Amino acid sequence: MVLNYHIEGGDFANAGTASSQIKKTLKQLSVPPVIIKRVVVALYEAEVNIVAHAYKGEIVVSIDPERIQMILDDEGPGIADISLAMQKGYSTASEEVRQMGFGAGMGLPNISENADSLNIQSKVGKGTKLEIIVKLS
Amino acid sequence: MKGEAFQHALKIEHDVCIGCSRCIRVCPTEALRVRQGKAQLYPDWCIDCGECYRACPTRAIVVESDDFNKIFSYKHRVLLIPCLFTGQFPQTISEDDIYHALYQIGFTQIVEVETSVDFLAESIDQYIENNPKPTISSFCPAIVRLIQVNYPSLIDNLMHLKAPVDITAEYCKKQLLQKGVDENDIGIFYITPCAAKIAAVRAPVGEYGTVITSVLNMDDLYNKTYHQIKQNKASDIQCKHTSELSDKSIRWTLTNGEAGNIKGRCLAIDGMDNVIEFLDKLEDEDTCNFDFLEIRACDESCPGGILALGNRFLAVEHMKHMAEKAPAVSQLPSEFSFTYDMIKAGNIEERSMVKYDKDIGKAIEKMERAKKLRRQLPNIDCGACGAPSCEALSDDVVRGESKISYCIFIQKQQEQSGDLSNEQSFEIMEEIWGKHKFRRK
Repeated sequence: MVLNYHIEGGDFANAGTASSQIKKTLKQLSVPPVIIKRVVVALYEAEVNIVAHAYKGEIVVSIDPERIQMILDDEGPGIADISLAMQKGYSTASEEVRQMGFGAGMGLPNISENADSLNIQSKVGKGTKLEIIVKLS
Repeated sequence: MKGEAFQHALKIEHDVCIGCSRCIRVCPTEALRVRQGKAQLYPDWCIDCGECYRACPTRAIVVESDDFNKIFSYKHRVLLIPCLFTGQFPQTISEDDIYHALYQIGFTQIVEVETSVDFLAESIDQYIENNPKPTISSFCPAIVRLIQVNYPSLIDNLMHLKAPVDITAEYCKKQLLQKGVDENDIGIFYITPCAAKIAAVRAPVGEYGTVITSVLNMDDLYNKTYHQIKQNKASDIQCKHTSELSDKSIRWTLTNGEAGNIKGRCLAIDGMDNVIEFLDKLEDEDTCNFDFLEIRACDESCPGGILALGNRFLAVEHMKHMAEKAPAVSQLPSEFSFTYDMIKAGNIEERSMVKYDKDIGKAIEKMERAKKLRRQLPNIDCGACGAPSCEALSDDVVRGESKISYCIFIQKQQEQSGDLSNEQSFEIMEEIWGKHKFRRK
């Protein structure tokens, strides 16, 4: 099953819509709550990253009996140093974004902690593509 | 979907049900359908909240109560009385009048349910320090069941402490046993304002056995008591009841009764719609900084219970008035002592509703089929198919429990294309709504 979502940069009011929808779907599929929680946390963080940093992005979630694959492809500034971005507490978020309670530098580390695999590709000035996988079995 | 009896306390009287479909629209877990012109229930999905009871215009949904005369099978007849019961009466009737009448109708001992509240409140303060945040109160049995069925990820947040009624009941029994009373002579009775509390007594969640013998419906006992009071003359009243409950004990069953008395950041939510909106949000966001959440199914909490007959706002005001005169700490006789082992409850299991299939592969397949079906449906949630929404119909179809032709829009299309005859279409509507709905009057 494949589900698609479009995310607008800067739309904090609706940040979390995709992860909320995915949560609903996984609940209806009777996926164990522990796994749902990991998917929702990882996807929410990634979704907020697009809202906070990029201009826009697409999310494609595919669910099969073995795993949940989430691909988040954005048009944005990209990440200059991925290993630095993976460090807890590192953030390039603006003061404005931080005041909204985001940008604590926990996004990517949090995704990584909840995912079975995380693959990041980024081009500075172009955008970032994340592939997050959470295994179901 | 089977039988006409709810799994727990609510029952549909099919002779009285007119198949109006009001109940199917208000059920928070979409557990009701109309078939053959009568409401039918998926018992596994029912959380005993009683929203259907409220919506029923013909009183076809009833709360099964235990026979009152059962109390006389016991020599010691202990009545656990919630403050809310007193709150139902006009303020011109004193607590002495009420207690006197209750003794007259047959009880040998009356104990206030909220006697255990002060101890419970202290225990909750300790509990929340050592458990996952936020702690969700287990006070309202409908909420415990809603979380079991619809929010399995929040199960670990449910508080593993019993409700005041269970603690007080256990305490009363222990005390009588200590006095040398034979266990078989003890009957402990509780007056309930709702169906969920009955379900909680009949089938407690949280690995403990209840010592409550049976549950009496608040509306029935109110009538019995009021009738007795009306027959009594003022000079007859010898009963001197002096409530020694604390302010917080009296307020406990009101909205903010728990949240307003627990340390830390607390929040109180009441009313089923509000609860669902809030739990959806709570499940999404990991960053909730609350220590304790009081969540109640009924608007205005227990005074809004389906068996509470007084106006809920007046009952709340009455109880607040009672609380204002009460001491800060309950002045209980020295023999009243509670221990932590009396209030501890065990694990709560999830009871997640299998919407499509237990097997994830099959569930994905069925969900995709349901989604395709939904695109053919009008999405107006008219309920003419006997299901509460187009989504519910499409799910029923993939589970093999309904047909897509139950949708009147699909019927029209199939009639036009010649796939369905006029007679067949008519028969389908009779299957859902019963032959009687189509008889000319």
